[in-house]
Amino acid sequence: MADEKLLPMSEGLVAFITEWKKKPGNLIMVLHKVQEEYGYIASEVAIEVSRMLEVPLAKIYGVATFYHLFTLKKPGKNKIAVCMGTACYLKGAQDLLDELDTILDCKAGEKTADDMFSITGVRCIGCCGLAPVLTINGKVYGNVKTDQLADLLAPFQNAK
Amino acid sequence: MAYKNFALVCAGTGCHSTDGQEIYDNLIASAEKHGVSGDVQVVKTGCFGFCEQGPIVKVLPEESFYVKVKASDAEEIIAEHIVKGRAVDRLLYKEPGSKTAGKIEDMGFYQKQLRIVLRNCGLINPENIEEYIAREGYQALGKVLTEMSREDVINELKTSALRGRGGAGFPTWMKWNFTKQIDGVDKKFVVCNADEGDPGAYMDRSTLEGDPHSVMEAMAIAAYTIGATQGYIYIRAEYPLAIERLEIAMKQAREFGLLGDNILGTDFSFDIEIRLGAGAFVCGEETALLASIEGERGIPRPRPPFPAVKGLWGRPTLINNVETFANIPMIILKGGAWFASIGTADSKGTKVFALTGKINNSGLIEVPMGTTLREIIYDIGGGIPNGKKFKAVQSGGPSGGMLTAEHLDTPIDYAGLQALGSMMGSGGLIVMDEDDCIVDVVRFYLEFAVDESCGKCSPCRIGGRKLLNIVERMTAGTATEKDLENIEEISDAMKKASLCGLGQTTPNPTLSLIRYFKDEMLAHVHDSSCPAGKCKDLVKYTIDAEKCIGCTLCARRCPVPCISGGKREAHVIDQDACIKCGECYTACKFDAVKKG
Ligand SMILES: Cc1cc2nc3c(=O)[nH]c(=O)nc-3n(C[C@H](O)[C@H](O)[C@H](O)COP(=O)(O)O)c2cc1C
Ligand code: SF4
Ligand code: SF4
Ligand code: SF4
Ligand code: FES
Ligand code: FES
Repeated sequence: MADEKLLPMSEGLVAFITEWKKKPGNLIMVLHKVQEEYGYIASEVAIEVSRMLEVPLAKIYGVATFYHLFTLKKPGKNKIAVCMGTACYLKGAQDLLDELDTILDCKAGEKTADDMFSITGVRCIGCCGLAPVLTINGKVYGNVKTDQLADLLAPFQNAK
Repeated sequence: MAYKNFALVCAGTGCHSTDGQEIYDNLIASAEKHGVSGDVQVVKTGCFGFCEQGPIVKVLPEESFYVKVKASDAEEIIAEHIVKGRAVDRLLYKEPGSKTAGKIEDMGFYQKQLRIVLRNCGLINPENIEEYIAREGYQALGKVLTEMSREDVINELKTSALRGRGGAGFPTWMKWNFTKQIDGVDKKFVVCNADEGDPGAYMDRSTLEGDPHSVMEAMAIAAYTIGATQGYIYIRAEYPLAIERLEIAMKQAREFGLLGDNILGTDFSFDIEIRLGAGAFVCGEETALLASIEGERGIPRPRPPFPAVKGLWGRPTLINNVETFANIPMIILKGGAWFASIGTADSKGTKVFALTGKINNSGLIEVPMGTTLREIIYDIGGGIPNGKKFKAVQSGGPSGGMLTAEHLDTPIDYAGLQALGSMMGSGGLIVMDEDDCIVDVVRFYLEFAVDESCGKCSPCRIGGRKLLNIVERMTAGTATEKDLENIEEISDAMKKASLCGLGQTTPNPTLSLIRYFKDEMLAHVHDSSCPAGKCKDLVKYTIDAEKCIGCTLCARRCPVPCISGGKREAHVIDQDACIKCGECYTACKFDAVKKG
């Protein structure tokens, strides 16, 4: 993983940071952009952001760790997010997490050994009418039943 | 060119995320193929509210209401409905028990609704400012800028008696007036709270997705009234579609001179920027929200000073919720007295609710204040699925409380809900049936609150954890009398000494449990049993030797495996090894496995 090249940043990201540097309270917006590009907030990148925005690295970590959406760990190739909002919880979201653990041997907040999947439990994504809901790489699947999960995952497991 | 038909395709998140976009594309392609592109205009709209039945397509002028539409149905809608003028019967919504489709206005789901906030949702294309303008859009702003003084606006709001829809229900005119009255500052700000943290609620999201301009127009009116030039919309990053629609709307408003310098040729200038949340519930609290916009950790600050005095970067700041704002253009156009004629003595206007959980018609509804819970759950919501019994509804999310069957006829308004130990909250209504264990639901809310506490003050940080531990012990069957005694003391300390609303309201679901579901709670404490059969540690599966025919199915399904018994012999579960997965219970076709 260490040999993966994260720097220099893409031109788009540099332009974004340069643009937002002028505005007060820019840090969260910049961290969102970084996470959008890399999928997480890597330490090399955080150091670079700290230099560019002229904010202490400690502050970047303080903010990044406060907000649930930011992650400092590299996620799996496919990102599964199971909604754990109230409507989904009542309709069996916990069963979905349990079943995912059975199929992938991976719990919420973890990544599979082969880096293919990471699973997170998220708060309401606003499709409560379709509960229980999960997303795979951002695509929403509603009214999911535990016995459908294996089929749902199959295309991602095979596409190496 | 005059269109004969309009096909409105729901592009709200519920429908859009399933098949909405493909349906839209296919309708256009099919119309072209059949040479009727000039007859039918295909339009993307906001949520129709009836998300349970999505994806939805509505065809005008016949008002045909097509539900559960698939991308592959688009061809038939065009070929049959548009070309031959025959509605596609199999896709039309039919009320349960009815074989024929009725009129939309007669549908139980819509009959008792009154749409002020959602007036344009499902009617206009949110990505086209001209459609908003065609429906009186930006006329309120025009009226305010050319005909009304700042005092006039405040007075109109005062007459309307509009109260904040973000949870606390503070009179909106007072907040505007405080912020307006502060003089001698270089800048003021208007902020729209679109953080919508209540898990299981999506009113604000749908409003922004379906009618972004109504909120932006109201923010401009607010800015004029209090003397601000810059606005911020703080929105959850989990709402990408709403963010995209807002960005489009802001760009178009600038092109039309409705945002930016010298709006509508006057000397009033105002612009809006979007700021994203990052998944912290406490950031919905107004002082934490301001800290977050400033790029800091979202930690609440003591009030006073209130944001109206010292808000963003120390400047006077007006913060209102999305739904509060969305009411304002109509109040300006139709007058405060009109608004005040709707609702109850205590609460005026309407309220948008996200009706979810164990309910047939899950969706987004808007009803006049004073509508009863019974009307919402049975007339609009269509009752509880699978013939189950209604048990409770949670209003106000993790900060709120339960209402039970005995409250079905209570008119819903701010004061009424508060008297019952619940609250209006932002509008999440979560329905529970007999299968749900209230102790388990309370544990869920406490876990949420503890997870989301920012940890700044100890009553919330420590008290929340202690309450959670007690309720966890209940679900495990190990809670004691002493635990029950402690609940009150902890709750009292949290309510009195927590710095912000999160800590102050965390005990509410627990107190509701004691007030309305004491028997169920005591069954967990005294008898180590869960009447709803939900708390895994307390559930016991046994096999009724009389009923078991020895088919061996359960033994084969059991993952441990811990069921013994030969063919055609009564089976037995080894209780020590059983992991309570419930597989045997679902597997047995002879009703021999008992849960309890
Ligand atoms: C923990 C907590 C979370 C809150 N979350 C929200 C929210 O998601 N949306 C919202 O509009 N108000 C929320 N509020 C209420 C706001 O602090 C504030 O009262 C509201 O935005 C004011 O707008 P209004 O007067 O228009 O209701 C929350 C309050 C607390 C204590
Ligand atoms: S009450 Fe809870 S969330 Fe609010 S400031 Fe205190 S610790 Fe933070
Ligand atoms: S509940 Fe699960 S573990 Fe227990 S006996 Fe039944 S199948 Fe086996
Ligand atoms: S599935 Fe039912 S009938 Fe068959 S062996 Fe098990 S308990 Fe007996
Ligand atoms: S609770 Fe899961 S989408 Fe709202
Ligand atoms: S999202 Fe389509 S009806 Fe609600």
